[in-house]
Amino acid sequence: MALIKVSHLSYQYANSETKAVDDVSFEIEGGEWVAIVGHNGSGKSTIAKLLIGLMAADEGSVEVDGQTLSEATVWQIRETIGMVFQNPDNQFVGATVADDVAFGMENRQVDRDTMVPRVESALKQVGMWDFKDREPAKLSGGQKQRVALAGIIAVAPKILILDEATSMLDPQGRRDILRTIKELKDRLNLTVLSITHDIDEAANADRIMVIDDGHFVEEADPETIFSHGQRLIEMGLDVPFSEKLKLALADRGVAVPNNYLDEGSLVDWLWTSHSNT
Amino acid sequence: MDKFLFGRYIPGHSWVHRLDPRAKLVLCFMYVLVVFFANNLWTYLLLTVLLLASVAATAISLRIFLRGLRPLLWLLIFTVLIQVFFGAGGHVYWSWGILSVTHDGLISAGLILMRFVLIIMISTLLTFSTAPLDIADGIESLLSPLRKVHFPVATLALMLSLALRFVPTLMDEAEKIMNAQRARGVDFGTGGLKQQIKTIVPILIPLFVNAFNRAVDISTAMEARGYQDGENRTKYRQLKWQRADTISFLVYVVSLASVIGLRFVA
Repeated sequence: MALIKVSHLSYQYANSETKAVDDVSFEIEGGEWVAIVGHNGSGKSTIAKLLIGLMAADEGSVEVDGQTLSEATVWQIRETIGMVFQNPDNQFVGATVADDVAFGMENRQVDRDTMVPRVESALKQVGMWDFKDREPAKLSGGQKQRVALAGIIAVAPKILILDEATSMLDPQGRRDILRTIKELKDRLNLTVLSITHDIDEAANADRIMVIDDGHFVEEADPETIFSHGQRLIEMGLDVPFSEKLKLALADRGVAVPNNYLDEGSLVDWLWTSHSNT
Repeated sequence: MDKFLFGRYIPGHSWVHRLDPRAKLVLCFMYVLVVFFANNLWTYLLLTVLLLASVAATAISLRIFLRGLRPLLWLLIFTVLIQVFFGAGGHVYWSWGILSVTHDGLISAGLILMRFVLIIMISTLLTFSTAPLDIADGIESLLSPLRKVHFPVATLALMLSLALRFVPTLMDEAEKIMNAQRARGVDFGTGGLKQQIKTIVPILIPLFVNAFNRAVDISTAMEARGYQDGENRTKYRQLKWQRADTISFLVYVVSLASVIGLRFVA
């Protein structure tokens, strides 16, 4: 059975004339990494908020781990979902790194003796143990997002939702945090739903859902999605670097293969075709 | 920042730094109360000795403490002068119109000066040696009996800790907004009073709006992490009462009790 099951979800903001989310349905299996991509204002963050019950949907239902989202089950559902938001500063609740990691456990009334070792192990897993007494003002954006991740793994949820978690980070911080998430996903058998317009983040996914103006327009594995380079650009999305290079080459009359190639296979293709001529 | 020492925290590992913040808060409060009981040379001498011993125990040099007095120097001089010239009673040494220097006036000026300096020094000692967070924890713990009368102690403590956590973040932001407005031609710190007040508006309003956005974000994040209300939570931070606290407490209680005793004996 699917871990997350969303059927016919719709939501309209009070001050808007169109639906932010319009009849969206999807299912996510346990252990999957799914990316929802779309341009700004396409409704992807709204989906995240509807999933954990921060807003109530106008129509449709959300089912997480066998429970249907309602006022009675919302706190139980939040137990199974950890969420990392966009702005690293505005989700750092604790006064220091260790306090922030403990915050979720305090809310779940974990007693202090179990909290202390869990804070330590969570911080060690994201490589932030040496910073445990630091205050947030003295950390970089990427470090703050890693602390946010540690706070989530400390409460051991089944699902991790990344709501544009890397969009305010520099390229280095972004790569670091994505590598950490990948390791954690494999080790803890997490289900990851990343909501993003960062193409590198989407490339990590098993499956990509493209959303445009509140509804899904396409759903496939990253290779298939990225091979529609031109269409993604029309939807206001970015394409991977290798795809941009292919488009530039095609403009100059080079016959490039149609299927998606990542950077490694593009290099292979380039040197094999070059040595043939 | 270096000029402004009042209310700052100087990190360290001294005897006083390691004390429980609750102990420090209570002792500091008791000291301030007892200062008002002191009325003769011996009591002040005892209070001064106690203060200097505490200062020595912080391992922060007395010079830094005295520098902390500097912003309040004018207030001190002003108060002492008022006492000197407007005090009444006892032998009159000098008088001119409504101004007069009298024996009792001089004595009360001296008392006020001593009280001022002692109170400021003991509060500086508290803030120098205790991190703001520890002060917040201490206040929470000391207020916890108020739970019985349904005072929302946990909520207040969370508010205090969030406010403290966002002070540096908001300072950075104010700085950024100021620079951004400067780059757009706003001139801070020049012109008449009215002009200067007007230039504050382009800092204040963006700061205000951003604070609201931040509040929305942080409450969303807190809710997503399972925060329901202040009372039903366990605590990660814990204060520990140690032997050093008991010893300091005894030293203070004995000394302060002797001060009160001396007031009536001598």
